[in-house]
Amino acid sequence: MKTLRFRPCGNFKVQYREELDVFETDFGRLWAAIGLVLLFAVLPWIASPYFLYVLNLIGIAAIAALGLNILVGYTGLISLGHGAFFGVGAYSAGILAVTYDVPFLAVVPLAGIVTAVVGMVFGIPSGRLKGLYLTIATLAGQFIIEYVLVHWESVTGGTMGITLPAPSLLGVAIVGDMSFFYVIYATAVVMIFGAVNLMRTRYGRAFVAIRDNDQAAEGMGIPIFRYKLLAFAVSSFYAGVAGALWAYYMISITAEPFTLGLSVEYIAMIIIGGLGSIPGAVFGTVFITLLNEGLRWVTDTIMNMGGLAGVELTMAPLREFVFGLAIVLFILFEPRGLAEVWRIVRSNFKLWPFSY
Amino acid sequence: MTKKNRFNSSERCKMDFFIQLLINGISIGFLYGLSAMGFVMIFKSSSVLNFAHGEVLAFGAFLFLALVTSAQLPVWLGFLVTLAGTFVLGFVIERIFLRPLIGEPLIQVIMLTVGLAAMFKGGMLLVWGGNLYTYPDFLPEGLGISWGIVQVPPVYVAAVIIGSLFLLMFGLFFKFSSQGIYMRSVADNQTAALSLGVHVRRVFALSWAIAALVAGISGIVLGIINGINVHELSSIGLKVFPVVILGGLDSIGGAIIGGLIIGLLETFTGGYLSPSLRDVVPYIALVFILLVKPYGLFGLVEIERV
Amino acid sequence: MSENKLLVINNISVVYSDVIQVLKGVSLTVEPGQVVSLLGSNGAGKTTTLKAISGLLKPENGEVTEGSVLFDGKPIHNHSPETITRAGIIQVLEGRQPFKYLTIEENLRVGTATRWGKPYKQDLEKVYHYFPALTKRRRTLAGYCSGGEMQMLVIGRALMAHPKLLLLDEPSLGLAPLIVREIFQIIERINREDGTTIVLVEQNANMALQIATYGYVMENGKIVMEGRAEELRENPDVKEFYLGMGVAGTKSYRDVKAYKRRKRWL
Repeated sequence: MKTLRFRPCGNFKVQYREELDVFETDFGRLWAAIGLVLLFAVLPWIASPYFLYVLNLIGIAAIAALGLNILVGYTGLISLGHGAFFGVGAYSAGILAVTYDVPFLAVVPLAGIVTAVVGMVFGIPSGRLKGLYLTIATLAGQFIIEYVLVHWESVTGGTMGITLPAPSLLGVAIVGDMSFFYVIYATAVVMIFGAVNLMRTRYGRAFVAIRDNDQAAEGMGIPIFRYKLLAFAVSSFYAGVAGALWAYYMISITAEPFTLGLSVEYIAMIIIGGLGSIPGAVFGTVFITLLNEGLRWVTDTIMNMGGLAGVELTMAPLREFVFGLAIVLFILFEPRGLAEVWRIVRSNFKLWPFSY
Repeated sequence: MTKKNRFNSSERCKMDFFIQLLINGISIGFLYGLSAMGFVMIFKSSSVLNFAHGEVLAFGAFLFLALVTSAQLPVWLGFLVTLAGTFVLGFVIERIFLRPLIGEPLIQVIMLTVGLAAMFKGGMLLVWGGNLYTYPDFLPEGLGISWGIVQVPPVYVAAVIIGSLFLLMFGLFFKFSSQGIYMRSVADNQTAALSLGVHVRRVFALSWAIAALVAGISGIVLGIINGINVHELSSIGLKVFPVVILGGLDSIGGAIIGGLIIGLLETFTGGYLSPSLRDVVPYIALVFILLVKPYGLFGLVEIERV
Repeated sequence: MSENKLLVINNISVVYSDVIQVLKGVSLTVEPGQVVSLLGSNGAGKTTTLKAISGLLKPENGEVTEGSVLFDGKPIHNHSPETITRAGIIQVLEGRQPFKYLTIEENLRVGTATRWGKPYKQDLEKVYHYFPALTKRRRTLAGYCSGGEMQMLVIGRALMAHPKLLLLDEPSLGLAPLIVREIFQIIERINREDGTTIVLVEQNANMALQIATYGYVMENGKIVMEGRAEELRENPDVKEFYLGMGVAGTKSYRDVKAYKRRKRWL
């Protein structure tokens, strides 16, 4: 019979493969299981419809942010085109579902693959370019994709956008926040699990090696161009899947939301959450989405109060201002993000009262 | 009989259109080049890509607007105060936000400027909203040139004059003044500059300040031409990227030529192909340049000696 | 005691990145007008000593953790390079680092950074007087100059700052023997004519001890020997390990005695 493993007091790893463990202790496994049960069996039943809606947005954004973190946080390639890739995912889902009548279960991964291919196209410059130049190339990608989404009217419907049919899964129609909650979070859990495991493989380690020193990585026999392209593909795949879910959830899509602002929002998520950290991407998403909703609430309240006083406060500029401020403050004061805060809090609890 | 008389009227019309586009393109290009110059300056001295450049530019335009309309200052005084204001703004940005990050990884610094950009843009939208403003007319009508049938409006003439004036000034500053030479030395070899007692941090601050000042000038002139709008002006900050990539990230002269090329490309695409393509064409060009000649047309060829 | 000493280093320790200790209690003094040479093999800590004086440790995340550096009787350790250079200490970096995209003359003008705004024409003339080779290339980009010219340029650039104390880090690195001789002659002249005090770090112990008045030998972050230059030149250990002149002509690696004596240094 297997003995239970508790938190070791120090580093007692005796084999290299132990470094790869997903859960260090059986308690970690237990907590993960409890968390999943709470997430799926309890949360949707106690949440109000509005809260459920926010949760769904968080779930979708978390998938996309996770993809961006693989690219930026793990591989060190800064992308400013993630919002556009998200849009590519949404539109490919729309086109597949409406024009080609593909069932929901196939649309989501297919949209991911289409986006991955598009992402790879814009990742090609990464073979020759480093850091700054690549960032600029992705910026160009953002604008070009935006343009195509609006102006390729025969395919994307132009400014009219696309209206998607209600998805159905194994003959059951998915309607309403509750059923979407299950679809979105099941996907999110699979995607997170996939990311955790990807980082344990040789591919994940190659990504990190490229981030830390790409010349050294190449010297150690990692074909960096191929791996950089792969990072772009994986990252865009995540964005594409998230975009597809979003398209179904929103029912009708236009090119309007997929601007540079959205890309910056994703960047904000991973910076605030913590670069190169999978929980970080999730924390960042939660933070930004809640901030978004909080700001919406604040502006609404002020509008209601100040409506007569002529106070005109619009949501978008305030949101932009606060996002910028949050990014700046986090970079200046906690550059490793919420994941680091979480780690500190947790280790304080764990080690209390002897915090050394 | 001159040649012109042999053209029929539609051909003449085409010719006029072409010349008009050419002039528009050159003046706009000049301004792009001028904005890009400030951007290149920051990159050269401290290797920071400034994503907030367009916002600083917009700030300059709005500051000038506020000074000449709300504060009722005379135009020349408003202009000088705006220059001083943007100079100080650049200095303060470097001091408060960039200095703590010296030595931090690139991504943090880039993301900081992205954050700053969002912050400034949001702030300006909160104050001025998304409306289109125009400056009161202050350019003398006589500044316009009419050249046969081709009319060059005064604003374009002013753009070219102001642009070349400041270009010349900064060229002389970098070539001959001691402070300019110190700034170039820091861009060249920071440790060696430090060993000779060059105040490197002061150079960083100065390059931000000068860059902001140049951005402010371009903001005002662009505002005269196209009107003043937060979204429009801050998007110029992003258009600077194709310009500098074309010219080479570290070449100030290249920035001007890059600006001209992008300006012409834009106006001609807008004139002949489709107006909506106009705003994307610089980025399409950007991707091509990156694929063909990654370090720009005029980027410094690294002098390597072993 | 430190009345007529220009520079006094008291028992300093230097640590990089809070963990790597490079200097372990180095002390040395420099009197005005002297040429002091600092000898030692690679990694002995010579460059670090110079950087501890000139304040250039900070950009490399190094710090003087113990001891003190006094210049003209005032402590200067861990000060910023800006203040130290303005006090009159200029370091010429190892490996010839001109500003490649500036012309020779512009390079020299950067040397006036510590005296910004003061006239510099006369200093330019002085540098061209010391290094006539630079005169005809004053408009060329420094990146396209030969190694010898670059070395002259960086020394000349430092002279533009009117240093009281000039720190030279391996001026002979990678240069032809004839050029090395020329450069050392000029260094000697600078010392003689301007009265500039010089600290000279060298691998080429032979050359260095010829123009120096006093010498220190470093090994493993410590000073292991010091003395007047002519004494050092005659010292059998220095001769064997740094001047390459074995007592008995050629040296064999099986010479256990020599090995043991060598060990004593480390």
